[in-house]
Amino acid sequence: MDGIWLDFERPLLELEKKIEELKATSHNGIGPELDRLTREAEKLKKKIFSNLNRWQRVQLARHPQRPYSMDIIERIAEDFIELHGDRYFRGDPAIIAGIGIIGPHRIAIVAQQKGRTTKERIYRNFGQPHPEGYRKALRIMKLGAKFGLPVLSLVDTPGAYPGVGAEERGQAEAIARNLKEMAVLPVPIVIVVLGEGGSGGALAIAVGDRIYMLEYAIYSVISPEGCASILWRDSSKAPEAAEALKLTAEDLLHFGVIDDIIKEPEGGAHRDWDATAARIKTKVIEAFDELKRLPIDELIQKRVEKFRQMTPKSD
Amino acid sequence: MFFRRGKKPKEKPEAKIIIPDGLWLKCESCGEILYKKELERNLWTCAKCNFHFRIPARRYIALLLDEGKLDEFPLALKTRNVLGFPRYSEKLKEAQQKSKLEEGVIAGRARLGGETVVFVATDFGFMGGSMGSVVGEMVAHSIRHARKEEIPLVILTASGGGARMQEGIFSLMQMAKTSAELALLAQASIPYITVLTHPTMAGVMASFASLGDIIIAEPGALLGFTGPRVIEQTIGQKLPPGFQRSEFLLEHGLIDMVVHRRDLRSTLIRILKILMIKK
Ligand SMILES: [Zn+2]
Repeated sequence: MDGIWLDFERPLLELEKKIEELKATSHNGIGPELDRLTREAEKLKKKIFSNLNRWQRVQLARHPQRPYSMDIIERIAEDFIELHGDRYFRGDPAIIAGIGIIGPHRIAIVAQQKGRTTKERIYRNFGQPHPEGYRKALRIMKLGAKFGLPVLSLVDTPGAYPGVGAEERGQAEAIARNLKEMAVLPVPIVIVVLGEGGSGGALAIAVGDRIYMLEYAIYSVISPEGCASILWRDSSKAPEAAEALKLTAEDLLHFGVIDDIIKEPEGGAHRDWDATAARIKTKVIEAFDELKRLPIDELIQKRVEKFRQMTPKSD
Repeated sequence: MFFRRGKKPKEKPEAKIIIPDGLWLKCESCGEILYKKELERNLWTCAKCNFHFRIPARRYIALLLDEGKLDEFPLALKTRNVLGFPRYSEKLKEAQQKSKLEEGVIAGRARLGGETVVFVATDFGFMGGSMGSVVGEMVAHSIRHARKEEIPLVILTASGGGARMQEGIFSLMQMAKTSAELALLAQASIPYITVLTHPTMAGVMASFASLGDIIIAEPGALLGFTGPRVIEQTIGQKLPPGFQRSEFLLEHGLIDMVVHRRDLRSTLIRILKILMIKK
């Protein structure tokens, strides 16, 4: 996998490159050397990834090679039919929505979608939805509810789009309405934060019965850059802001805001999309199995109670 | 989370007038020098240009509620610096001293035109009226009270900051918490009216402020999701005058009405008289 890599990954990549080169020469007597380097690479990987600070995790959450929603959907769904439009204004490519099958479950899926190439990124608006995107998501969730399909929501956005049209069409209203409607949607809702959980723009599809985060995903009230520019009038202090905001999966599990962390393959999700997707699939199926057993009234009551409890616990 | 106060209009140097402190005030919008007593009689609105000065939550209580009285709910929680966020504890103390409030919200039971209501007001003077766990919890508590007692709910907002950054993810979750309670209130068919004042933005606007059965705004209030400065940075253009103001939202179908401060009380009373189902 070629691409842009993060600074702290580089020593590992250089070592791996050396191993590849050595393998390519493939003459006799390289065995011991190859073993040594491979062991060293394993050790290095462990060392780097067991000591990640919060800013490094932010970088991993935004890694250009990280699997995006569609990459995951393609790997976990036996069938997926994408549906478009909010029926009022336009289709929003920053949000994917549709119906599909995952394991034994017929489900509705909503997700934010980033693009990988420059062209795709622009088309997907860098994963920043407009109000019509959130309204489409709600339409499909309600469609799901109508036919008894539980909802899987995949979160990966820097935030809701800060633009003129978004304000004219009620970005705030679209987000607020989703929060309200999702709280009492009469089917199970499972959330997985894949990469960036950017503030209200993420939360707008993240009210549900189970909230999971990938190991190196982040979820925050404000971007580290935005926080740094308010606090220190200097967005380059984002690493310090990331520490202050406590926005990693580990932090949120500790706070009791999320239900569990889905482990990523060693070295991060970008190194193995298939393995990442497989782990998500197992977790999600398990959650739907459990949630579908609950009577709807109890499900909704528990969901509302879950968010009632989102208050710092006294120590 | 993205609102910052806009630049103050530049004073013309030649027009600089020394204003004796306390007696006169200059209108932030048109520059008119206003006699403070007169301004107070006009409920802190400019007689010349209709600019609505920002007033604290307590003044709205005096202005809107019968006998100016609110039977306050005690604060459900004490604000703590759970994240150990830099300088948050100091900022809280400052805000408490400056605003003479324990937190950025006042809530309780009151009468409005004789009708019992739950009334909530956020106060811009307390850290920009931002929503942390305590504000969220008080709003949620008030909504539950309205539902259980079957009395209408009126929430008045002034929040430039939206969700309070210093409480991290907990602040964000207050948006979901308050909206979930409002979903239950809606199912119970209890009227919910919001009064949006300058400014109401970001996490507050994107949760309970936008969810009223009827949404009223004071004239000229800045209302929206993203603050104008961030939008200007993003699109690399100046925004047109009036963008994200109450009248702009009315034009775009996002609010029900723009009401002058002097007519707020009577408007609320008229609405409640029609919506309340007598048992
Ligand atoms: Zn004026």
